[in-house]
Amino acid sequence: MRWGKCEMSNSRLNKRRNCWGYVFIAPFLVVFVLFGLYPIIYTFELSFQKWNGFSPVQNAGFQNWLRLTDDSTFPLTLKNTVKIWLYDFIPQLGIALVLSMIFTFRKIKGMSVFRAVYYLPNLITAASIGLLFNILFNGDKSTINQLLMRFGMIDTPIAFFKSGHITQGIASYILWWMWFGYTTILIMAGITSIDTTLYEAANLDGCSTWQTFRLITMPLIRPTILYITITSIIGGMQIFDVPANLTNLAGDPQKAILTTSMYVYQQGFKNTSLGYASTLSVMQFLIIAAFSFIALKLIRKKGA
Amino acid sequence: MKRLTQILIYLFLVFLLVLSLSPFYLVLINSTYNSIDIVTKVKFLPGTMFLTNYHKLQELTNIWRGFANSVVVSVPFMLFSCYFGAFAGYGFAKFQFKGKNFFFFLVLASMMLPSQLSIIGFYSTSLKLGMLNTFWPLILPGIANAAAVFFLRGIIEQSVPDSLLEAARMEGCSEPTIFNKFVLPCIMPGVATIGIFNFVSSWNNYLGPLIILSDAKKFTMPILIATIKGIFLSNYGAMYVAIAISIFPVIVVYCFLSRYIINGLTIGAEK
Repeated sequence: MRWGKCEMSNSRLNKRRNCWGYVFIAPFLVVFVLFGLYPIIYTFELSFQKWNGFSPVQNAGFQNWLRLTDDSTFPLTLKNTVKIWLYDFIPQLGIALVLSMIFTFRKIKGMSVFRAVYYLPNLITAASIGLLFNILFNGDKSTINQLLMRFGMIDTPIAFFKSGHITQGIASYILWWMWFGYTTILIMAGITSIDTTLYEAANLDGCSTWQTFRLITMPLIRPTILYITITSIIGGMQIFDVPANLTNLAGDPQKAILTTSMYVYQQGFKNTSLGYASTLSVMQFLIIAAFSFIALKLIRKKGA
Repeated sequence: MKRLTQILIYLFLVFLLVLSLSPFYLVLINSTYNSIDIVTKVKFLPGTMFLTNYHKLQELTNIWRGFANSVVVSVPFMLFSCYFGAFAGYGFAKFQFKGKNFFFFLVLASMMLPSQLSIIGFYSTSLKLGMLNTFWPLILPGIANAAAVFFLRGIIEQSVPDSLLEAARMEGCSEPTIFNKFVLPCIMPGVATIGIFNFVSSWNNYLGPLIILSDAKKFTMPILIATIKGIFLSNYGAMYVAIAISIFPVIVVYCFLSRYIINGLTIGAEK
């Protein structure tokens, strides 16, 4: 009897103590609702409204969405964004796979130094990097033109920012430069978590390095690759800082590096069509969700 | 043959090393020449014009004010994300309450939801709260940093034993005291890791300040840097100095903390 009573009072005490759980998560929840959840809901709401930032918000029904179907710039920005992302992501994953194989399967002196330096660009302010590459490449007498001419690689200076393709290429290169070290570190973490006895077994069975890589490493780091791909899609489809500072906020030349996020910013804060900018944001979100879902299906399917 | 592959591998690694560092080296070199030298000569060694360039930069813009603004935004953001991240992480890790799974789902969802997509909503929320052109919309979200909550919850589950909490309760400590006196000190290494990452992400934030801040006196480093091209046009020397001031503090800090930072990187991937 006494035991039961004691347990009961104990559980009541527990219950009261567990109320503290709400207290501890309360600050997070309040600020999350204010600055996280509400802006999302309100962006969705605004996508059906007309607002210039000053006068009262007006209902617009599906007007913004109809405008979107007629807008030829939106698909262009999408194409630019995907292009810049793909030319960054494919070499990034490729180089990162090669590097992580080298670092885990060979004795490399100074491995941690190499790795640390490769990661460094990732920490630097992307806006500063955009401006830096602008002044390094811009103009006939730019540092890059001078270097290329000095080493006899070109005879006449290249007008890098007159060509849309080259400008897109530079944007992709910057993103690759910023992210290949990060990707290498993540893949290495994936590889080191693989049970070493599997490699020993493969070795005993006479597998070549390539076979070991293809049959053991690749399938087992699939979750890591999946994580890298999805986060890269989410981040890459929203790139803003680098292209916005590489040439200008209009994405010159001829909108070649006008990304979707830059277009949202332009519509919202330069044209003060905050309603239409919200519609673009919602569409952008749906497209990112769709791409992530496709990537998930593709990478998972290959594993089966 | 084996030796040759080893040499080729090292060449490849050194090549990538050069690619990684050369832009920074060019900043260092070019910031020490005047604009005419920059556009007429190829240089590999530093010059002597750094201070002249620096004074030119100071004439037209107040770079240290931008630096100070960035500190005023990033430090509180970091501290909030550390303290309240641990606060909420402790709530999720050590208490059983109704709706806990739902609330934790919110944490996970907001980690995956990119905040940039609700940028218009974020702007109008700040407008409604009367916080436009203030630092608050850039600092307060630190309290709701989902990554910090998620990560520190994991750390608390692993490294804070229930027996310690029980013992503290026996002693008559209140729950907030237990958190401040016993839980927080236990998880300091984890707090430091998440703090570094949140500091860097706040320091580098460009789009947030760009839409919130309109007064040039309040500009943080990234927006200030972005406006510099329009101010200095072809005064490259001054621009390189500005870039140097914005990137070298991070590089210096990284030299000391790189091992720590790299170990912290894999946190996100281990979900």
